[in-house]
Amino acid sequence: MYKIVRKRELNSIVTYMEIEAPFVARKAKAGQFIIFRVDDKSERVPLTIAGYDRENGTVSIIFQKVGLSTKLLGAKNEGEYIQDFVGPLGNPTDIEGKKKVCVVGGGVGCAIAYPSAKAFKEIGVETDVIIGFRNRDVVILEEEFKAASDKLYLMTDDGSYGEHGFVTDKLKSLLESGEKYDEILAVGPLPMLKFVSMTTKPFGVKTIVSVAPIMVDGTGMCGSCRVTVAGEMKFACVDGPEFDGHQVDFDELIKRNSLYKDLESEKHKDHICRMQKMADELIK
Amino acid sequence: MFNVQDKKTPMPEQDPEVRNSNFEEVAMGYTAEMAINEAKRCVQCRKPRCVMGCPVNIKIPAFIAKVAEGDFEAAYNIINRTNTLSAISGRVCPQETQCESRCARGIKGEPVAIGRLERFVSDWYRDNVNKMPEKVPSNGNKIAVVGSGPSGLSCASELAKRGYEVTIFEALHTPGGVLVYGIPEFRLPKVIVANEIEKLKNQGVEIMTNMVIGRVLSIDELFEMDYKAVYIASGAGLPIFLRIPGASLNEVSSANEYLTRINLMKAYRDESDTPIMSGRIVIIVGGGNVAMDAARSAKRLGASKVYVLYHRGEAEMTARLDEQLHAKEEGIIFVTRADPVEILGDADGSVCAVRCIRTLSGEPDKTGRRHPVPVPGSEFLMKADSVILCLGTTPNSLICKTTPGLEATKKGLLVVDDTGMTSRENVFAGGDAVTGSATVIMAMGAGKKAAEAIDIKLRMKQGLC
Repeated sequence: MYKIVRKRELNSIVTYMEIEAPFVARKAKAGQFIIFRVDDKSERVPLTIAGYDRENGTVSIIFQKVGLSTKLLGAKNEGEYIQDFVGPLGNPTDIEGKKKVCVVGGGVGCAIAYPSAKAFKEIGVETDVIIGFRNRDVVILEEEFKAASDKLYLMTDDGSYGEHGFVTDKLKSLLESGEKYDEILAVGPLPMLKFVSMTTKPFGVKTIVSVAPIMVDGTGMCGSCRVTVAGEMKFACVDGPEFDGHQVDFDELIKRNSLYKDLESEKHKDHICRMQKMADELIK
Repeated sequence: MFNVQDKKTPMPEQDPEVRNSNFEEVAMGYTAEMAINEAKRCVQCRKPRCVMGCPVNIKIPAFIAKVAEGDFEAAYNIINRTNTLSAISGRVCPQETQCESRCARGIKGEPVAIGRLERFVSDWYRDNVNKMPEKVPSNGNKIAVVGSGPSGLSCASELAKRGYEVTIFEALHTPGGVLVYGIPEFRLPKVIVANEIEKLKNQGVEIMTNMVIGRVLSIDELFEMDYKAVYIASGAGLPIFLRIPGASLNEVSSANEYLTRINLMKAYRDESDTPIMSGRIVIIVGGGNVAMDAARSAKRLGASKVYVLYHRGEAEMTARLDEQLHAKEEGIIFVTRADPVEILGDADGSVCAVRCIRTLSGEPDKTGRRHPVPVPGSEFLMKADSVILCLGTTPNSLICKTTPGLEATKKGLLVVDDTGMTSRENVFAGGDAVTGSATVIMAMGAGKKAAEAIDIKLRMKQGLC
């Protein structure tokens, strides 16, 4: 059993938790993920690590309460325990050998983008950050990102805070204005990753995306998380979760990720993904 | 005088039409009378060839003699001396190619049902005695076992008997490895595995779940933690996928995924949060035990048609005979000498059919197995809404990648010497991590052998022998 030592609601749907997991905390690196299970009836759900405290032996996670399991987890309180917490899994973000990068985060994906931005910044890489949110109410980690970036661009879809527009609008204008990055690292919903990759491709900037497919074990055993990258089958859990965005077959991955949606929840039926719509329009 | 009945005493089973919609165990086991009757068929050969056919050399005639006398506890003790996991092996061993294949009674008629008797004795013991083993006083040496599948469990048990302080590191949340995630409940009830784990704990073995060795701790870090030797029994967990168009369609899964959702995550039960695809028309690709397990599971989840697509002939299927028979009784349709060439999907990425091609038996390879050759122009379509690939597995490279100096073959199999030691001092390995996908009993045998080698190695080092 793993203790929830700290819990904070970042906004109405996003929760921050610190979990006591000393072995995981000792090894965790930015870009890696964990798998949690709330109780012994629960599914195994992957979440990217949002932070870690090696001394206190805790690992932090930030999650959006969208599915059954994240809602169950969100219902747990400080001092309570969860059944399982395994990690660190997957490969860490490759932070070496770069001079200037741009980290792009969308929505709750910002939670995952944050440790990578921080890791870049800590080793002296010039780090620009673009984070995007639907509106002012769901903005998270603004102060943290300020500290972990050289330039921070905060975007909201409706203009209620920061600049009006999508992360890709900002990214495109930066690239057009002649900003040179060794790498773009994008973390967020799949359609956003697809959109970011499409935006950077004409500029020939290396673009790494952190994907979160459906997983069961997270150790390379089930192959549920397979992603086609440059025409080859890769497992996100052991070969990823970060891949070259210009080589990922996003359409296939988006379809695969919708596999259990009907089974999982009827509630999100009317949700039309704005990002997907945008990406579709861009293709047209 | 022995029992001249030339056929095995039948084992009661659930009716096929009933069992193909539940996950209860199919075979119900012998009664004491049936077991005694069957045991009396053994002629007690002076040179028992069955023992040589057993990877762990159980004293088969000796235990059967005790069963014939009705002294089941004595029978259990004989088995337990060489095999501590007999309730498991009695159920999942391919006896027809091992002990039973060499039985003198098999020359004219059917061999003695050694597997059924092993199972009966183990079940009788669990139901009537179930004495938990006692912890042997510690010899002060810590050993790490990586993986809690059959090989890890048997190695841990043997080491604990010799006074070692054993810690098993298991990557998943429940110990048992393939016994819990792979083999279905209807073939191996999980309470049996749990009972074996309980025995190990009573022997003082510590089991740490959720520990992915290679990530959370490296082999070298285990030595830093004062473990004197490491036994790697991490199995062969990486599923092989078909390299054909459509392999990434939504309802195409590996047997590992499908069976893990069912067996480990209990997705077939209402109270489980883990979802599972329950296709109406399911095509299983493969002809081994795993293919039978997947096919029979699909049927139990409500599929109206389940096909097993196999590129060789039925006689060449590697699945245990019992499993093949059970599958057929339950309504599974075998389509042999055919290979999938493409999986067809709709606009949403959902499977709708599989394009197949007929195959013929080709030239035998080095092992004497004939490779299937496609017949040009023989393609045909099979309608399906899900496809489960049961094409075998290879070892996960994680430990290899994170352990300097650990030698592996091109296929990722760990290289070991006669004693089970790898290219790294005091790092031993066995089971599927060394052999690639093989049987539970082979893995158990390797674990036992490595335990003996570890014991000798450490005692020699400490000048004790």
